[in-house]
Amino acid sequence: MSYPPDPRQAAFAGRRTDGTAIQRPLSPHLQAYNMLEMSSGMSIAHRATGIAWSAGMVFLVWWLVALASGPSAFAQVQWFLSSFLGLLMLFGLTVVAWFKTLAGVRHLVWDAGYGYSLPVMVRSGQAVLIGTAVLTMLTWVLALMVWR
Amino acid sequence: MSAPNSMRTPLGRVRGLGSAKSGTHHWWMQRVTSLALLPLFLWFIFAMLSLAGAGHAEARAFLARPWNALLMLSLVGFSFHHIAGGLQVVIEDYVRPEKLRMLVILAVKGLSWAAAMISAFAVLRVAFT
Repeated sequence: MSYPPDPRQAAFAGRRTDGTAIQRPLSPHLQAYNMLEMSSGMSIAHRATGIAWSAGMVFLVWWLVALASGPSAFAQVQWFLSSFLGLLMLFGLTVVAWFKTLAGVRHLVWDAGYGYSLPVMVRSGQAVLIGTAVLTMLTWVLALMVWR
Repeated sequence: MSAPNSMRTPLGRVRGLGSAKSGTHHWWMQRVTSLALLPLFLWFIFAMLSLAGAGHAEARAFLARPWNALLMLSLVGFSFHHIAGGLQVVIEDYVRPEKLRMLVILAVKGLSWAAAMISAFAVLRVAFT
């Protein structure tokens, strides 16, 4: 196969069952898409937040196990979560969780067959971004109000 | 719609499971689990807010209440089901070659299962002791 003239073709290398080379499109790669466009940017962010939330779930497992283990183990996890690094991480996970939730609802609306036109797609994307900011702030204002 | 001279049998067409033998099951389960996670996530935010800065005894008493224990068990179960399915798609998209891809998917499924079991056991222990 010759050098691909378009960067999007870089990941297209495939083979037919008889072994001959063929270019087939693969799933989106970061190099091939403009990350700042509403369509691709939101798609990449949806996947990235999914991965980030999966990693963040480790802390829920830790928290639950510590809670079941006893006061000293629980004090350790609470110490970490209320440290600067822990709070920063919790704030990040709050952003991730609200984004993933709202973007997930957007996907469910698409799955139901609505909202595919370009202007609506841009507006629903903006709504997800604004909603994420508002709900994250609301969550943390409430959290700091009830913190004891 | 398949052409009249398709080589697929009518039974195969009716089952609609395609060559991978699973049809849209994986896709559909991601939607089902995401729907279940929507109310569970809202409860989770409420639960974490009401436990902000709480001590061990207080947090334990909260999770030991039957509804909270049931909701946390549901959250953990649906979350790790959704996580295993979601990460599987990411791996299928980007990890090559085939053998490594299969190994990584199996590792993710195993870790998700372990995390779900450990979490569920912790919740049950809090609820029953």
